[in-house]
Amino acid sequence: MNHFPQAWGRPRDDIYGPYDSSHLHSSLPQSHTQSPAVTGTSVLGVKFKDGVVIAADNLASYGSLARFTDVKRLRTFAGTSVIGFGGDVSDMQYLDRLLQSLDIRENYSSHGHSLNAKNLHTYLAKIFYKRRSDFNPLWNNVLVAGLDDEGKPFLSQADLLGTTFSAPTLATGFGAHLAQPLLRRLVPHDEGSVKDVTREMAIDAVKECMKVLFYRDARSSDRYSIAVVTKEGEIEMKEDEKLEGQSWAFADMIRGYGTQVN
Amino acid sequence: MASLMSDTAAHSDALGYSFSKSIPNPTSHSSGPRQHSFYPYTDNGGSTLGITGSTFAILAGDTRSTSGYNINTRHAPKVFRIGADDPSSRIVLSVVGFAADGNALKERLDTIVKMYRYQHGKAMSVKACAQRLSTILYSKRFFPYYVHAILGGMDEDGKGALYSYDPVGSYEREQCRAAGAAASLIMPFLDNQVNYKNQHVPGSGEGHALQQRQVTDLSQDTVQGLVRDAFTSAVERHIEVGDGLQMMIITKEGVQEIFEPLKRD
Repeated sequence: MNHFPQAWGRPRDDIYGPYDSSHLHSSLPQSHTQSPAVTGTSVLGVKFKDGVVIAADNLASYGSLARFTDVKRLRTFAGTSVIGFGGDVSDMQYLDRLLQSLDIRENYSSHGHSLNAKNLHTYLAKIFYKRRSDFNPLWNNVLVAGLDDEGKPFLSQADLLGTTFSAPTLATGFGAHLAQPLLRRLVPHDEGSVKDVTREMAIDAVKECMKVLFYRDARSSDRYSIAVVTKEGEIEMKEDEKLEGQSWAFADMIRGYGTQVN
Repeated sequence: MASLMSDTAAHSDALGYSFSKSIPNPTSHSSGPRQHSFYPYTDNGGSTLGITGSTFAILAGDTRSTSGYNINTRHAPKVFRIGADDPSSRIVLSVVGFAADGNALKERLDTIVKMYRYQHGKAMSVKACAQRLSTILYSKRFFPYYVHAILGGMDEDGKGALYSYDPVGSYEREQCRAAGAAASLIMPFLDNQVNYKNQHVPGSGEGHALQQRQVTDLSQDTVQGLVRDAFTSAVERHIEVGDGLQMMIITKEGVQEIFEPLKRD
């Protein structure tokens, strides 16, 4: 016994050896992705009376560098749904592999019905929410296009926090600012207007918005993919489209464009 | 105490006990400049509101979902029926705040209420459900569900019941409660119009002699009117509230759901 009450009851070094404090700061804390690296920009989606149109450009940027110019950011699932990925490309590839293996497992199982776009969206949202809760997020913003349980057009968004919502027109990233207001003109009464939107109207609106995005989004490209999912359950996917009818006439009004000096 | 500890630390070699060596220095292993770090929450805006009468409870919420200044969608309901596959269920939950947490919480409570029905052969009472919801929220005390929940239903005496929660599960049964983005706009209105706060009996005296107006039992139509007025007013003054109004009216007959338009600007 000594005169230091703090020492009373502590293991004595001459009996137990000095306290091994190495584990307290032996290694850095485990770290996870805290920011995305190679990224894709906006994804657009529009519902029409018998299906959904979805589009994204083919660029994967590394910061401000246009790193990969031929990356397909629209992926199909089970031949009935399309997912458009924005955000981190490696996380997209991970999710695509995960969904591929899920599809194979589902096809081997004997219950005989397949996962529709609504099921797929729920599954993705739960993965995103689980990963954000583990502080190890999958850095993506996705649109899921396809059909719901009743065979009606389905379009929904999910993001890295697990937030989900659906609307007749959706756009991620820069598109939420630039394209969404243009797309909403198609559906003035939201879900009630979808029956008045034809396939051609939807495709034209999406193409027009891809053009607007290329004009103003510095991380975009003029090569894009566009897919149409219809009630018949078919996907018409075009992965090497080029923007048509660009007009840079506005540019000569702006100082800094073209050959003018001062 | 700290000085006492450092004092003993100086002596610890002589004493033969480990003190300061066991306390890691938090500044000794910083890993250089830390940039953007991941924040697991967001605010999806919107507002909810619940009012009870003697024979009913009404839970309402707007249907707008926002991210910053963007509108995600004009139709994202935040009032949910709990254990709805059982027609005798009278429990309704509203959640406002971080929508992903709100959905996770709703799913969890719904599963629990359904399991209770299967295991006990009877529907869960609102009182029990209210306590369970508090436990769920508190179980995530150190990584909370970032939501303000309001639970509504019919109590054992057939009266309307309303329970309001904070994000970590502290709860209280109340007559009325507003939550979410426009709570600070709606709640004073409710205090005045439901509990007649700051209303006095005319001519009953001066100063302390003034008598509070007696609180009365409100009819369902009156309450529905109050809900509508509360939201149309909140829409005018709060940018995160609008698009649609969802009302769940809980009576002993059942749960009725009504959607009405709100301003979309």
